[in-house]
Amino acid sequence: MFSLQEILETITMIQEENLDIRTITLGINIRDCCHPDPAVAQRQIYDKITRLARNLVRVGGEIEDEYGIPIVNKRIAVTPISMVAEASDTEDYVDFARTLDRAAAAVGVNFIGGFSALVEKGMTRGDRRLLDSIPRALAETERVCSSVNVASTRAGVNMEAVAELGEIIVETAQLTAERDGLGCAKLAVFANAPGDNPFMAGAFHGIGEPEAVINVGVSGPGVVKRAVEAAGDVDLGQLAEIIKKTAFKITRMGELVGREAARRLGVPFGIVDLSLAPTPAVGDSVAEVLEAMGLERCGTHGTTAALALLNDAVKKGGAMASSAVGGLSGAFIPVSEDAGMIRAVEEGALSLDKLEAMTCVCSVGLDMIAVPGDTPPETIAAIIADEAALGVANNKTTGVRIIPVPGKEPGDMVEFGGLLGRAPVMPVHGFASTRFIRRGGRIPAPIHSLRN
Amino acid sequence: MQGGQKSTGKRIIITVVGQDRIGIIAGVTNVLADARINILDISQTIMQEFFTMILVADMTESTVELGELKERLAKKGEELGVQILAQHEDAFRYMHRI
Repeated sequence: MFSLQEILETITMIQEENLDIRTITLGINIRDCCHPDPAVAQRQIYDKITRLARNLVRVGGEIEDEYGIPIVNKRIAVTPISMVAEASDTEDYVDFARTLDRAAAAVGVNFIGGFSALVEKGMTRGDRRLLDSIPRALAETERVCSSVNVASTRAGVNMEAVAELGEIIVETAQLTAERDGLGCAKLAVFANAPGDNPFMAGAFHGIGEPEAVINVGVSGPGVVKRAVEAAGDVDLGQLAEIIKKTAFKITRMGELVGREAARRLGVPFGIVDLSLAPTPAVGDSVAEVLEAMGLERCGTHGTTAALALLNDAVKKGGAMASSAVGGLSGAFIPVSEDAGMIRAVEEGALSLDKLEAMTCVCSVGLDMIAVPGDTPPETIAAIIADEAALGVANNKTTGVRIIPVPGKEPGDMVEFGGLLGRAPVMPVHGFASTRFIRRGGRIPAPIHSLRN
Repeated sequence: MQGGQKSTGKRIIITVVGQDRIGIIAGVTNVLADARINILDISQTIMQEFFTMILVADMTESTVELGELKERLAKKGEELGVQILAQHEDAFRYMHRI
């Protein structure tokens, strides 16, 4: 039987410290939907998604009810569309995005990922067409998320693709200018993208995944923050132990929900993603965890070290709590979705350069960063190239989700709404990177990619 | 379920938190008895001036589903001025037992 303390601890985590399951994401293989006639391919994609995912939202709701733990999002990830659409006789892939949008709406999920291409070493015809279709696809659909893998430790950095993504991001922002460039919030550019990541905008159903799979993303910066605060003035080794224990408990909830969702939907359980995912809610912030560790503001000297400790302790605690860990697994540091990060930027404590340094020791990368609308595409490409280089050299996933907000300048505030939050526009370096980016070609894979 | 995580089936944990007053236990246990839900364990305490009660109950012979029970308990909670939650026991088992 459980002690009173144990039961109240769980209830306090959920009710007061924002412990929730951030997402259960159903991955669906749609490679078998290829057809020379794009209309036929699209119909097959729609039918398969709506057939496999028809119970996703209902099952998610039932689990929420029975276990009393909120499941914030139920989402879908499909095979990268470039691979499926390539067989079709069409150059415009926007209709594939519309198909995904309609399927997501039909089953009641708010985001569907997989308008994606993996181009770290080069592009096929289908990849190129997909990239060309991204700006319109994101402007003309509501729920579709796009991702492009432009680099890997094995392949190096495809700088042609990086340069092109700079242009695509600016064009996407312009096409969604009346919504402050919101389209860009649905586009993630990756190095070493995992095929089992349940989090948007970067989720897609990877190569080597089964026919369908349930992946779960947990969340709980608020719980970790409270544990750090309660610990008082212990040394950092003891603090790491406390975070590990907390991460273990958080992850167990993810494991429970993942197993149950998979069982009820009749698909295999894939992984728990051990990420600390903040939300705009006060107290649900990774920046506030770092501040609770003893930094006056997130972004000041010591922030990278504190984040490295936090990220490592979350992984160590979480890894013991789950049968299978995967996805991104680390602390997320999205600016617009984290009240503490927003405050740190507004007060001048946190810069783009410091965020870049922080991405060396935590998961993902420059996430939900708003920059001035007149930022040149080459500068955006150079920001992507820097993050890709970090990922490639350090053998980890990095990503960029950046929004050049049309008509906005540093210091302005942009409201995206909902989970996407609000972002202060951050300044970028004024010195040009143009000549470097226009060289094109590929940054070769590092020597430590030769591991065989 | 594997690795010692055998589900306990239909056991639930009911948590009641609020201002202490006459009739809280009677009110909650009546709702359970009406639905043929057996109480396995009750513990209560005063925490930070709040009355806190935890009940472990077995729904094997219950005449209602957990969703319906939660609604009935929430309604009773409103009458009594307390918050009543009901959750499947696995939510606690997974977090606190390996």
